[in-house]
Amino acid sequence: MHPAPSVIIFTTFSGLGFGLLFWLGIDPTPYTGWTAFAFWLIAYVMGVGGLISSTFHLGHPERALKAFTQWRSSWLSREGIAAVATLVLMGLYGLGLVFFDTAWQPLGWLGAIGALATVFTTSMIYAQMKTIPRWYTNLTPAMYLSFALAGGALLKGSTAIALWLILLAGVIQIATWVVGDKAFANSGTTMATATGLGNIGEVRAFEPPHTGTNYLMREFIHVVGRKHSSKLRIISLLLMVLLPVMLLAAPFFSHWLALLAVISHIAGVLATRWLFFAEAEHVVGLYYGKR
Amino acid sequence: MTTLPTQTQKKLGLVIDLDTCVGCHACVISCKGWNTENYGAPLSDQNAYGADNSGTFLNRVHSFEVQPLAASEKVQPAAQTIHLPKSCLHCEDAPCVTVCPTGASYKRVEDGIVLVNESDCIGCGLCAWACPYGARELDQEEGVMKKCTLCVDRIYNENLPEVDRVPSCVRTCPSGARHFGDLGDENSDVSKLVAERGGMDLMPEQGTKPVNQYLPPRPKDALPEFDVLAPFLAPIAEEPTGFLGWLDKTLEKL
Repeated sequence: MHPAPSVIIFTTFSGLGFGLLFWLGIDPTPYTGWTAFAFWLIAYVMGVGGLISSTFHLGHPERALKAFTQWRSSWLSREGIAAVATLVLMGLYGLGLVFFDTAWQPLGWLGAIGALATVFTTSMIYAQMKTIPRWYTNLTPAMYLSFALAGGALLKGSTAIALWLILLAGVIQIATWVVGDKAFANSGTTMATATGLGNIGEVRAFEPPHTGTNYLMREFIHVVGRKHSSKLRIISLLLMVLLPVMLLAAPFFSHWLALLAVISHIAGVLATRWLFFAEAEHVVGLYYGKR
Repeated sequence: MTTLPTQTQKKLGLVIDLDTCVGCHACVISCKGWNTENYGAPLSDQNAYGADNSGTFLNRVHSFEVQPLAASEKVQPAAQTIHLPKSCLHCEDAPCVTVCPTGASYKRVEDGIVLVNESDCIGCGLCAWACPYGARELDQEEGVMKKCTLCVDRIYNENLPEVDRVPSCVRTCPSGARHFGDLGDENSDVSKLVAERGGMDLMPEQGTKPVNQYLPPRPKDALPEFDVLAPFLAPIAEEPTGFLGWLDKTLEKL
């Protein structure tokens, strides 16, 4: 799959933003006043910024409101509804904390559920794709949820929880890679089933339909990006898991080290998200003899 | 509404004969010609006369080489070239329809054709991700998803002579490799053809239940023995004689 910057930025930052909103929503001793305002601002800049970035790849962003109508069948539609509902609920909850110094706790709980639902629906947009065997697994929602919870806890400053959640996210990410590497072969879709010619003999792509490229090849076939994937996997784990965990566990922990941990974690998540797209192979590539 | 109908009154679709397709791409051109100037947004080209040209097509012909496995009667079977035209298969269980967030994609109850309402399409591209066949292409000029309409503007069009009320690709095919009809009616010509020739689904394991069917290439004829007496004749000498024989022996000794 083509690793489009808009979707990488969207999934990374909206995951972090909604992860932070989850922890803010369930906090039994919530921040108030200006401190609350700062946390809400960070969460909304990331969550809303991510959502806006996702509209950049649309052909007709001006019709985006129509995307709220098909929640019966479409995970993308459900995601839009969950995101807006969460932002409204958490916005009201934050209003009480910032301006009235009161915690309307049920709003926070509902908002926290909504934040998790938003991240889950985002992940299901990818996990439902049977055409992309690497994504078509329960590990995809597990990965998205664990990343959001870990990153959210880190942003919230809940260092004790964040440390363990980051480790968990790292373990799930490794499992996703190990299982994902065999997913295409296990899917049973081959050039033989794609063409129906397998019973005659070995099938080889002979001539593409045209000498140039096309939308399908640009969108779904991304061979170059996988060249350095094993190096990138190690770099991303170092940045996303190892460095933040070491900083969080350090006895001389300070706000500056926390900032460094956050930056390192986000850089690592961006790298894994890039791999998430670049390594994903769509079965349509079989018609072109490429993956 | 992007939920799929539980059943459709007809299952209109194509039957494509891989045995007779000669790979001339006439269906590709006629498809583009008809669909760029009729229903919906035109099929744009980018940089059409430049070095890096590309464009939107609803039908493309891929060519494959199939190498039959060696068998005792055919030690070195010849490879075969097989052309595979590919367009929307109008699946019964169309994954492209259910992922659509706006309701722009839908499957018609009356004939099973999968269509895009272009005025509702936001161009998110998710339906193209969900299609295993690469049947949907986002038009780069219009920003909306384009796909085969089964020439819905021809097949019911009473302004056209009856012979033309079939999809443009079917009307054009010079080798009779494309057939159009109701695959839900087991007495239709296309259903009989599929039954007779063992029509198949592409990527059946994807569970899309495609309506369009592909007829597999027929087995190649075996060349007959030229003469009934041939097996009794002395075999032709395989060893070289004369100058070549001398050269062979001399080089062998070196």
